[in-house]
Amino acid sequence: MTTSARGSGDGQGGPLSSNAVASDDAGRVATRRERVAGILQRAGALVVLLAVIIVASLVFGGRFASVDNFLNILEASSFLGLVAVGMTFVIIGGGIDLSVGSLLALSAVLAAYGSQYGSVVAVALPLFVCGLIGLVNGLLIARARMAAFIATLATLLFARGLAFAVSDEGNTIFHIKAGLVVSALGQESLLGIRLPVVIAATVFLAGWLALTRSRYGTAVTAIGGSEDASRLMGLPIARVKVAMYLVSGLLAGLAGLLVAARSSSGQSTIGVGLELQAIAAVVIGGTLLTGGAGSIAGTLAGVLLLNVINNVINQVGTLSSYFQQVVSGIFLIVVVLVQRYLSREQRLVSEDQNRGQP
Amino acid sequence: MASADLAPGRREIRTDAALDWVAERGVYLGLLALIAFNLMFTPRFAEVDNIRLQFVQVVPVAIIALGMALVIGTKGIDLSVGSVMAISSALLALFLGYGPIVAIVVGILGGATVGIVNGLLIARFGIQPIVATLALLVGGRGLALVLAQGRLTEVFDPTLGVIGSGRVFGIPIVVLVALAVALVVAFLVSRTTFGRYLVAIGGNPEASVLAGVPVRRTLIVVYTLCAILAALAGVIQTARLNASDPSFVGNLIELSAITAVVVGGTPLSGGRVRIIGTLAGAMLMQLISATLITHNLPDSATRMVQAVIIVAAVFIQRQRGSA
Repeated sequence: MTTSARGSGDGQGGPLSSNAVASDDAGRVATRRERVAGILQRAGALVVLLAVIIVASLVFGGRFASVDNFLNILEASSFLGLVAVGMTFVIIGGGIDLSVGSLLALSAVLAAYGSQYGSVVAVALPLFVCGLIGLVNGLLIARARMAAFIATLATLLFARGLAFAVSDEGNTIFHIKAGLVVSALGQESLLGIRLPVVIAATVFLAGWLALTRSRYGTAVTAIGGSEDASRLMGLPIARVKVAMYLVSGLLAGLAGLLVAARSSSGQSTIGVGLELQAIAAVVIGGTLLTGGAGSIAGTLAGVLLLNVINNVINQVGTLSSYFQQVVSGIFLIVVVLVQRYLSREQRLVSEDQNRGQP
Repeated sequence: MASADLAPGRREIRTDAALDWVAERGVYLGLLALIAFNLMFTPRFAEVDNIRLQFVQVVPVAIIALGMALVIGTKGIDLSVGSVMAISSALLALFLGYGPIVAIVVGILGGATVGIVNGLLIARFGIQPIVATLALLVGGRGLALVLAQGRLTEVFDPTLGVIGSGRVFGIPIVVLVALAVALVVAFLVSRTTFGRYLVAIGGNPEASVLAGVPVRRTLIVVYTLCAILAALAGVIQTARLNASDPSFVGNLIELSAITAVVVGGTPLSGGRVRIIGTLAGAMLMQLISATLITHNLPDSATRMVQAVIIVAAVFIQRQRGSA
């Protein structure tokens, strides 16, 4: 594995790129620009988020900028948010987890199925199974050294298959009976804020603390930055990685549990493509897909941004909802291009050549 | 993965050799085993109609997997192929009024455009393949839905009908198209400078730049080719089904294609392209699901078995060298 001195972070041979040359020519001036670029890169999603909120408030007035609508956005964000926290750790650690969408569906099905036997089973069963699959992901990747992309692709298929198998090929939709404690998780509020939002906020806080203040977070960042160096430093790479995927699976399971509680049912068809939304949110939030750098706060901004865009597009009655996808795709490209430019300004050429990791 | 495998202990060397042998031929062995199983236990498996059906059904995945093999050979990945299928299918339905030839050309050009965008984002702007093509997966599907206004369009056209279900000497035309594509791709990889460049880039991007390989141009061509093949698969699928439904065409086909390529022995780490292996990989996955379905295993079991097979195949492969 080689990391070249400058500019060649393109993975695919862009070292001749003019941008890299330009930033070299900038010489001393670059230092301040570097710092500004660094801040922008980290806060880019937040800036765009605020801009979109302000513009939307001006254009749509009370229809957009109302407490109710903001609470709706927050609630819609909470499910993706939970998944995205786990994904942030995985991506910072240099991996990827494609199985989360299927795990969410599996968890929702299992929660609704388990609710026949009481709330404890409804909560424990999905979390146990999703945690187990997350653990398998981790073992395949960290112990058996499989590419994260392939291992989690396989569990994507497996978990979806299991969700269908439990629900009689999707023909049975289990319902959570009214009055069960587990429904409260999705439907009750705390101080006027719905519980999924409270839970997601808690998880974001915990994730932020774990990433920035704990030894584990440092280890994840180090491993994502350079696995070889981390090994030489004596970090327990396999254990850290397994934990990463285990948590990602658990959080996807928690999100699925909340979806089931919210809708009082578990459907095996939900969550298709959720992994891609989560990855998009994480990348928009300034986390590098190459690993080694990123932030939970950025992910929060990325998740909110995607949901605000959806909300705005729904406000524009004339636009078909399909534009949501087009706009999300364009946003992803724009944000990544900007990041790319900024990180080059910083000379933060942290990509190495092994895309083998995707 | 970032790390090189630790040196194997002496004891493991013989196992490694055996695993090597299996890994090299795994996909063919698997295919043979599956065929043998079906010959013994599946009634009517060896009938012409069934064989023809299996080949016809594998065509879209096989064509896309061939393009994907090129991309993976450069150490890249293309997640947008399913969306490209949807776009070309939507365009085909939209432009059918101008005649089938025009519609097909527009559909394929539309797909090619996506490929060029992929290539530019990756080669010019240095965005990772997985991110760039992810953006086009999301955006492309949306675009296809916008084009078709989210509706299923029935497509009736005699020319398309012939392409979709016609036969020459008993061989379905779509299968012939897939074979032609395979030949062209095989020729490109093994007999042209382009093929050498492609493999060189996958093997070592930096060395390729230093050696004067036109990295960017090659990458753009590779992603464009992959998208053109995906668009072609979209046209074929539309012609076969007599309908264009952009919300379903090509959904998750990127995963099947990647699986076929990897199972077929092309390493995700690039630097090598296996054409016949890829075709065998596609056929293996097709036969697995066909076998499970004819033996009345539900769809859910099919997925789970596929998952296990992917893990097993890759697990065996990664033993060889540090992939």
